[in-house]
Amino acid sequence: MALLEIKNICKKYGENQVLEDISFKIDQGEILGLLGENGAGKSTLMNILFGMPVIHNTGGYEGEISVDGQNYKPKNPTDAMKFGIGMVHQEFMLIPGFSITENIKLNRENTKSSLTGKLTKSNKLNRLDTKSMKSDADEALKKLDLKIDSLLQVENLPVGYKQFIEIAREIDKTNLKILILDEPTAVLTESEARDFLEIIKTLADFNIAVLFITHRLEEIKSITDNIVIIRDGKLIETAKTADVSIKDMAKLMVGRDISTSRLRKNKQLDDKDIILELDSFSVNMPGEQVKSINLKVRKGEILGIGGLAGQGKVGIANGIMGLYPTTGKIYKGTNRIPVNNPRAALMDSIAFLSEDRKGVGLLLDNSIDLNIAYTSLEIKNEFLKKVGFFNVIDGNKVKSHADKMIEDLDIRCTSSKQNTRFLSGGNQQKVCIARALTLKPDLLLVSEPTRGIDIGAKNLVLETLIKLNEEYNTTIIITSSELAELKQVSDRIAIITEGSITSILTPEDSDEKYGLAMSGKKYEEVTDDEY
Amino acid sequence: MLVPIFFIILSIVGFYFSGLTGDFVFQQMILRLARNLVLVMSLMIPIISGMGLNFGIVLGAMAGQIGIIVIMNNGYTGFNGFLIAVLVATPIAIILGYLVGKILNKAKGKEMITSMILGFFANGIYQLIFIIFAGTLIPFKNKDLLRSSGDGLRNTIDLISIKSSLDNLLFPNSPYPIMTFVVIILLFVGIYLILKTKVGQEMRAVGQSMHIASVSGIDVDKTRIIAIIISTVLAAWGQLIYLQNMGTFNTYNNHEQVGLFAVASILIGGASVNKVSWKEVVLGTFLFHLLFIVSPLAGQNIAGDAQIGEYFRVFIAYGVIGVALILHSWEENKKKSLNLNFDLNNS
Repeated sequence: MALLEIKNICKKYGENQVLEDISFKIDQGEILGLLGENGAGKSTLMNILFGMPVIHNTGGYEGEISVDGQNYKPKNPTDAMKFGIGMVHQEFMLIPGFSITENIKLNRENTKSSLTGKLTKSNKLNRLDTKSMKSDADEALKKLDLKIDSLLQVENLPVGYKQFIEIAREIDKTNLKILILDEPTAVLTESEARDFLEIIKTLADFNIAVLFITHRLEEIKSITDNIVIIRDGKLIETAKTADVSIKDMAKLMVGRDISTSRLRKNKQLDDKDIILELDSFSVNMPGEQVKSINLKVRKGEILGIGGLAGQGKVGIANGIMGLYPTTGKIYKGTNRIPVNNPRAALMDSIAFLSEDRKGVGLLLDNSIDLNIAYTSLEIKNEFLKKVGFFNVIDGNKVKSHADKMIEDLDIRCTSSKQNTRFLSGGNQQKVCIARALTLKPDLLLVSEPTRGIDIGAKNLVLETLIKLNEEYNTTIIITSSELAELKQVSDRIAIITEGSITSILTPEDSDEKYGLAMSGKKYEEVTDDEY
Repeated sequence: MLVPIFFIILSIVGFYFSGLTGDFVFQQMILRLARNLVLVMSLMIPIISGMGLNFGIVLGAMAGQIGIIVIMNNGYTGFNGFLIAVLVATPIAIILGYLVGKILNKAKGKEMITSMILGFFANGIYQLIFIIFAGTLIPFKNKDLLRSSGDGLRNTIDLISIKSSLDNLLFPNSPYPIMTFVVIILLFVGIYLILKTKVGQEMRAVGQSMHIASVSGIDVDKTRIIAIIISTVLAAWGQLIYLQNMGTFNTYNNHEQVGLFAVASILIGGASVNKVSWKEVVLGTFLFHLLFIVSPLAGQNIAGDAQIGEYFRVFIAYGVIGVALILHSWEENKKKSLNLNFDLNNS
């Protein structure tokens, strides 16, 4: 009998089916690798297994899970812990101001009876038994061969240690049977990661089953027994790791069944005519850091920027616009643009469609026409008329311009006076595009232009961008999590991993190349012989 | 540490110019510490639980005052009267604390402003009850408490019958409130012990990170409600201690400034919105009230006008809250950008 068995799991967020009919099992002491792109549904699956509240708040899930043959339906993390399921999250779940011991024993503190506890007959009012807590913590650390004073505060520890403390916390749970590791090596250096993988193998020797999620394919190859690959919420493959090569894994992870026809004709571009150059360009955007990249963008090009979430692709456009602390140099043509200055970027004819459409992109409680006009109004003093000493907004001009845009871009609305809040996602995006068009930029930065938009509207948005490029020779940098979309419209696609550019690929390159680039490797570098 | 040092210097200068004798100031300080320490102490647990400065202790103070009104109406006197007031006030404080906690759980991250506005709102209800309903909807036995028109409580109520009933318990002739200090020490020890239990550990965990605490299976909302209940109950007791020491009761004013003064005290002591210990409570209460005593006279002697000193005191009370809050968010931001730079350099 399998230790953990997952049967026909389905999960919807609203109308959006994120998991469809997922089934697999894990045995004692097995290390199972779970592979998938961002948005494939890995995290959702883990959240279901660990009983995270977000699942319950969005209507629960369908299907069955059993642990040791017992039916298991977790409502919160405490349920998961009762069944012996532990999880090391992608971000650290350690309290910085607590000591290592306190973190390892968090919410599982040893207590000794005391007056207050006796009076109320409640364990919660018993005193903490710091001595036995420390000895438990020391023992867990010893299992991991970690020599460190367990009374140190976590705050000042090096990142590598923190990850080990998370593991120590999990193995201190006496009933731990299954350990879920969500991208545990993402924050580690190479040597730390190697040590870490060794420890995972030791855990398996203690008969703990490990569910290992990572986008580093070589790690999957080197330590897992079996792999499960999911894509777009569907189970694609379950296999013995030994039977699948790294290149095949990459292909299975990225490959799409639907052939996406290119929307754009290939374009002749002049390699000397550079419109934007980034020189040792770093952006401090939380969760999307960019680390000293160099990049040249040719005039008239559509450059795609892809990669997994959290690797830094979103940071680039935000950094160019000066929305997050940035260092390095930006040249627009021969002109150097100051960093950290959104107004300067706008003045230099760079426009930005933010990935955060509702937060940064739109004034939700203002009308469509004002939304279309306001950046030009602010930056270029357009749509203004003089009344006495004052410049006031020329309502007629704003409206007639908006009406033209509504017709050109086919924005579905009741009138140009409708508030943007009431538009559908696709139409909101078109309003953002209309505003960018109004600025008549040389360079347009577009982030996640089709996120949350239905398929029909997606193509419309992409076609609008291409038309803009072809008619006005506007250079476009498009950042997207959807590779297919980038392949449809871009001339080149830069893949960002861990804050750096791994490769710049062409739309015709194979799925393997893309898959490997996203796990941080160049195609040429990978051979299976190493493993 | 900057804030307390600044106020120590300010107090020394003020003391020098006030021309007061050390003896007098010492006497006054003992009294004022006894009067106010429990109120200031009531802010500790919410700070540790990450809920910032609980201006909602105003509601606790109201609960204490309701206790006083009940015993005055029924004619209980002396220490027994005081005890009955405590017994009446405590359940009211628990209920109010529970409600405040519920509301603050809906306003995570905005606890301070929410609790402050809640205090103003509760003040309205308090006035409604004791100006309009008292004597009309709510019958009063003791007609002396009511205005001559027969409805609404008087502005000032004489508490001579319970004055110093706790202060001088067991030591009737002592000029110092010995028993009150014993109670204060017991309460400090109590808070220390609570923080050493599992509940205390949960409060500290929730205070540091609600997200991590909840992932570890801690019931965050419940822990926060418990913290606010403890705070509100302590505030009710604190207000009772304050009133029995004063011996008079301003029906409609006594509770109003409680939150503000307690918050200013604890901040002057060097606490921040997320870090506190008993030392800050004692030092802060001492410094704040020292300024209370010396500043009017210092103003009189420096500028020839007591109002100037009074002005500075009020100015300082609000100013210190503002400055402490700004300093705090400034430090938080600095820490954040440091962390990010650190990450960048590491790569």
